[in-house]
Amino acid sequence: MKQLMLGNQAVARGLYEAGCCFASSYPGTPSTEITEELAKYDEVYCEWAPNEKVAMEAAFGASLQGRRSFCAMKHVGLNVAADPLYTMSYTGINAGLVIVVADDAGMHSSQNEQDSRHHAVAAKLPMLEPSDSQEALEFTKLAFEISEKFDTPVLLKMCTRVAHSQSVVEEGERSVPEKAYEKNIAKYVMMPGNAKKRHPVVEERTRLLKEYAENGPVNRIEPGGTSLGIITSSTSYQYVTEAFGDSVSILKIGMANPLPDQLILDFAKQVDALAVVEELDPIMENHCKALGLTVQGKEILPICGEFSQNLIAKAFGKPVPEGLHLEETLPMRPPVMCPGCPHRGLFYTLKKIGCTVLGDIGCYTLGAVAPLGSMELCLCMGASVSSIHGFNKMGGAETEHHTVCVIGDSTFMHSGMTGLANIAYNQSNSTVIILDNSITGMTGHQQNPTTGYNIKGDPAGKIDLEALCRAMGFHRVAVIDPYDLASCEQVIREELEADEASVIISRRPCALLKYVKKKAPLRVHPDTCRGCKACMRIGCPAISIREGKAVVDATLCIGCGVCTQMCRFGAFEGKEET
Amino acid sequence: METKNIMIVGVGGQGSLLASKLLGHLLLTQGYDVKVSEVHGMSQRGGSVVTYVRWGDRVASPVIDEGQADFIVSFEVLESARWLPYLKKDGQIVTNTQQIDPMPVVTGAAKYPEDLVQKMRAAGAKVDAMDCVSLAAEAGSVKAVNLVLLGRLSHYFDFPEEVWQEAIEACVPEKFLQMNQRAFALGRNEGSAGS
Repeated sequence: MKQLMLGNQAVARGLYEAGCCFASSYPGTPSTEITEELAKYDEVYCEWAPNEKVAMEAAFGASLQGRRSFCAMKHVGLNVAADPLYTMSYTGINAGLVIVVADDAGMHSSQNEQDSRHHAVAAKLPMLEPSDSQEALEFTKLAFEISEKFDTPVLLKMCTRVAHSQSVVEEGERSVPEKAYEKNIAKYVMMPGNAKKRHPVVEERTRLLKEYAENGPVNRIEPGGTSLGIITSSTSYQYVTEAFGDSVSILKIGMANPLPDQLILDFAKQVDALAVVEELDPIMENHCKALGLTVQGKEILPICGEFSQNLIAKAFGKPVPEGLHLEETLPMRPPVMCPGCPHRGLFYTLKKIGCTVLGDIGCYTLGAVAPLGSMELCLCMGASVSSIHGFNKMGGAETEHHTVCVIGDSTFMHSGMTGLANIAYNQSNSTVIILDNSITGMTGHQQNPTTGYNIKGDPAGKIDLEALCRAMGFHRVAVIDPYDLASCEQVIREELEADEASVIISRRPCALLKYVKKKAPLRVHPDTCRGCKACMRIGCPAISIREGKAVVDATLCIGCGVCTQMCRFGAFEGKEET
Repeated sequence: METKNIMIVGVGGQGSLLASKLLGHLLLTQGYDVKVSEVHGMSQRGGSVVTYVRWGDRVASPVIDEGQADFIVSFEVLESARWLPYLKKDGQIVTNTQQIDPMPVVTGAAKYPEDLVQKMRAAGAKVDAMDCVSLAAEAGSVKAVNLVLLGRLSHYFDFPEEVWQEAIEACVPEKFLQMNQRAFALGRNEGSAGS
């Protein structure tokens, strides 16, 4: 039956059909839905791992056991998992192992715009690159075949527009190949004596994979007009097709690594001029140039940001449709913390205290945005806890008593614990705040090791944050409720003044969680409101000023009551509970 | 057939994903090739969000570009105006009249523009504007703004009403079905003239 599927959903379907038995991932936009969708198939064991490195190693273990295995991550997640990845290239696999890496050109929800194809080249691994949902399903199945045929992990590269677009897909049946585990020290123990023998195996594999790329089903020429030939892949292929139709010839690359030299050279002979259309870095373009070809590429197309049909048409001098325009400049609408977000009260308090705040990756990164504007660093997962240590060691007492770091519960489990171990071991007087909203929020509510539930929502192991911090040697571990501004301020001030390191756990579940009981929306009494705008300092999207008075939008407010603590005149009032 | 385009725009969290799911389902059952492109992640947190729905004999790109949209369906007035450059010259806007202040307006760094519907009409757009929040409340939940908008949008299509009803039944959970059907009917039967 034909149906509409997200690219990520189609990958999950492909995993199911390919007989994948094990999946371990850490959520990351735009890869998250693959593992969520796969978890809906009872035949496949799925889990959220604490981070991408653990997920990839778990999937490797499952492959070793003889079951087809999988893990998914966003582009920056592959940096975390790069360590196992590069050596898994040497060991190869037992049962098929497929790794999705999802890039985010345009940085819809990411801290950088790196091109994951570099990892495939550097780790000497095959990488497939689908351009729509049907291909996402087919390439996933093909990836397992390639994995087992060539004894290698296979990377499947998604991007935001393939991962988060729905297109028409036809489903197939599931079949499950199984293998037995066999002890093989020379293949799986990568100490120098063994690894030296494996490296030539990797090089020979790359040669065989190149042959496959030349003749396999994954790259294809679509003949059209011969004045221009375009080499393209992924979502760029769709834009090229829309912008040019069959007025050009297209070499559609489905295998980003290794690239098919002879096929490219043959294609070049069929056309008068050659261009490469690829998002982000000029990887195929440089490859063509190394083959001695003259190609147009990044001199007319941008390296930064994502492409579209108009962008490509314009770059090649074709006309594009014009839209309508208003004369005035419209105010931007950046993302904000949700109404009732527990992070709001905490960041308001930090701003009021005026301390330096080193931050991390999650919804709370929005603590850097006006009017709260109190977060001063966001680098990568876990960097807040590691960097406050160095910051304080070099700043001494002057900064120690005026600096905190903030990290979410899931991010803390991902990469914060090792930074905390460094603070405990090398003893900086640092104040670490764990923003425990009992979920992985930004990626859309995934469970993690602190929530007590697994990916299916069933009860699971639960790590006790207080006990963990104490076991690491922290004597000062405090728990606060970020809806209670006065006590938040008191505890944070105390811990900043203390002469030893401390951990503060700011605990309140995400307001969007289904089990969190919402209170009736608040109302501003227009006679009591003086229009002083004190309530506006918390930056709640449910509160606005209309004709000089504060007004609460009842469709947004969940009655958290943080605003009532800002008002000196008692103008906010609750309704009867409904 | 040439590819046709609907953009669904609004503020993260307003429920545009159900609207695109329903449209995608409906168009697929009518035998078209369909692509729907969504936004997940950070902008869902109260930012400006856009979903693209495209259909035709064969749809290539999953996104709609400037000057391509036949319709902009908008949950919020400022968002209709923001995406105006994406509307075709003779395109149609169907918008909720609700105003949600973006953070620069909340903090006082910017002002919410006035008379946006009139300004969009002056720029050449056909704008069908209606208070969907009140109609949704009348149907039983302020969250049903998406079905009110779809009801209004259905005016501009030749599909028989059963086709829409079947899509609603397929996409809406059973316990919210009646309320959403009421919201759709209110949107379909009310609202200002489409100019």
